Amino acid sequence: MAGSIDEAVSTGPARDHTRPARRGGGRGRAVLEVALLAVLAVVMLFPALWMIETSIKENRDVYAIPAKFFDFKVTMDHFRDVFAASGGGRSALSVSFLNSVVVAGVSTVLATVLGVPAAWAYSRFAMKAKKDQLFFILSTRFMPPVVVVIPIFLMYRQVGLIDTKLGLILIYAAFNVPFTIWMMKGFVDEVPAEYEDAAMLDGYTRLQAFWKFTLPLLLPGIAATAVFALIFSWNEFVFAIFLTSSDNVRTAPPAIAGLIGGTTVDWGLVAAASVVFALPVLAFAYLVRRHLVAGVTLGAVRR
Amino acid sequence: MGTVAVHGLRKSFGKVQALDGVTLDVPDGSFFVVLGPSGAGKTTTLRAIAGLDKLDAGSVHLDGRDATGDTPAARDLAMVFQSYALYPRRTAYENIASPLRARRCSSSEIAAAVERMSSLLHIERLLQRRPAQLSGGEMQRVALARALVRSPRAFLMDEPLTNLDLKLRVEMRTELTRIHRSLGGTFVYVTNDQVEALSMADQVAVLKEGKVQQVGTPTEVYERPANQWVAGFVGSPPISLLACHAEGDRLIGAEGWTLPRPRWTTAEDGRPLLLGLRSEDLSVEQRGDASLSGELYGLEPLGDRTVVDVRVGTEILKVKARPTVTGTPGERLHVTVDLDRAHLFDAGTGLALSEAGR
Repeated sequence: MAGSIDEAVSTGPARDHTRPARRGGGRGRAVLEVALLAVLAVVMLFPALWMIETSIKENRDVYAIPAKFFDFKVTMDHFRDVFAASGGGRSALSVSFLNSVVVAGVSTVLATVLGVPAAWAYSRFAMKAKKDQLFFILSTRFMPPVVVVIPIFLMYRQVGLIDTKLGLILIYAAFNVPFTIWMMKGFVDEVPAEYEDAAMLDGYTRLQAFWKFTLPLLLPGIAATAVFALIFSWNEFVFAIFLTSSDNVRTAPPAIAGLIGGTTVDWGLVAAASVVFALPVLAFAYLVRRHLVAGVTLGAVRR
Repeated sequence: MGTVAVHGLRKSFGKVQALDGVTLDVPDGSFFVVLGPSGAGKTTTLRAIAGLDKLDAGSVHLDGRDATGDTPAARDLAMVFQSYALYPRRTAYENIASPLRARRCSSSEIAAAVERMSSLLHIERLLQRRPAQLSGGEMQRVALARALVRSPRAFLMDEPLTNLDLKLRVEMRTELTRIHRSLGGTFVYVTNDQVEALSMADQVAVLKEGKVQQVGTPTEVYERPANQWVAGFVGSPPISLLACHAEGDRLIGAEGWTLPRPRWTTAEDGRPLLLGLRSEDLSVEQRGDASLSGELYGLEPLGDRTVVDVRVGTEILKVKARPTVTGTPGERLHVTVDLDRAHLFDAGTGLALSEAGR
């Protein structure tokens, strides 16, 4: 049963501890490993570090040549500019952040509300061509978004969903429902169907049995799945840039990208906006860090 | 209180025919045991009665009323699952109270009923624990209490004792019989353990590959097995079956032995038969006029008795003997047969020959 997130999907990290340094090289090999990993870490983390540095540098230091790594004046002006417009009032960026919160939040709720009962049904009931149906659902995720963005654009123009938050919410929900079904089916499979059988004999209907007895056991799984859906919607760029144009609808990714271009680029502002944008993702990724690994090997993690 | 009747149940899972026309009549107030090996369709039958699975064909009548399409809740039944299926996040008390809560009983009624059940099953001390804090035997009792707390039409039990250790199982057998006597009610009890079936049942239905082989009292099923398969499945050690045919007033074995023909059988000469002999109807200790000669093959001391394996030709006879019996393998010996208690089956169909003359 899915007692907790960690229990339901065990990823079993750090198994290498038990392996002795017997295999070739021993100590020398370990040193090499650490060195290579350090190089990789620097390459991977430098952009993030540079982003954070730039976001707190004064403009003069941002453009200084040679670049100033340590010896610069710290300022929070860029962060103020992210949220407040120069003439007072809210900035366009802050509006886009709010749009991102609404779009990601609502589309995640929608995907969860639709996907969890579907996952339960796929797990519990015998139906015709169940495997084919599940494969079809999964196959909708094979396609890169950029392939469908033009047809979607034309369709949206016809029905008036272009440049609306509802349009983005629907398309994100459509992408997240298959994912939610697949991930949640794994969690539902872990909960014995007999709890529902017993509840039905107790006198509950099938839906009551699901609601009162199975759903509470699924909550950790639902939380993990919802965070994944949330991160997808929050990060999504391609649909956002094609389907929205006005500042009061735009989400943060195209809004930040829009800061680059033109004659001068306010790199401090870009960096500060990026930091603000990255924080929720980092926080949520930390919450579901075990499942990030499990997600990579989805389907392989079975007890 | 109620009757359960199922008629012509058919259900297949993919290519496997789990139920192949199962018809059973469970009388009001009886302890009805459905016995069979794993895969015989016992659990599927029970789930069909409960309304948990959709049937391919057949009907379920409860108290004489057609309930085939009813939801499990509407059928007014209670069930004990093999895995107990206790709700993990709830205490034993809440588990037992669940059927009453679902049916909107008042909390004072619930408290009284749970108290009554917990004292009947001696689980008063466990009521505030969760299933994870209970041992297998304790979970079993809580699951029983949850089923028994109401007075439904019938109680369905799916191998409730299978997951208990032997000592507890024997204890709970007696306990369940006691509960059935004190509470009354109709019990439909599924098991693969023939000892449970013989010791607890009013009526036994023997099931094999989705077909009912025989329905009867434990004595009938044991003493008059309807076919060779039932004879082999019920009884421990299993019945010994010897190929033979009748000739005049003799039975001639395929292995060359001869025995007097039992008076009650009407089988025509030459028809291929199987002679079924239970271990307690054979003896190596006394001599009678009907006997087979063979050699000692092995001894299985079981404490209260010893099972002697005797090889007759290529076939092994299981003979019940006193625990003090001794011998060395290979030793020649005679097995006395009580032909009045022997069984004869048609070797082709496996059906028991008419025992009308017995």
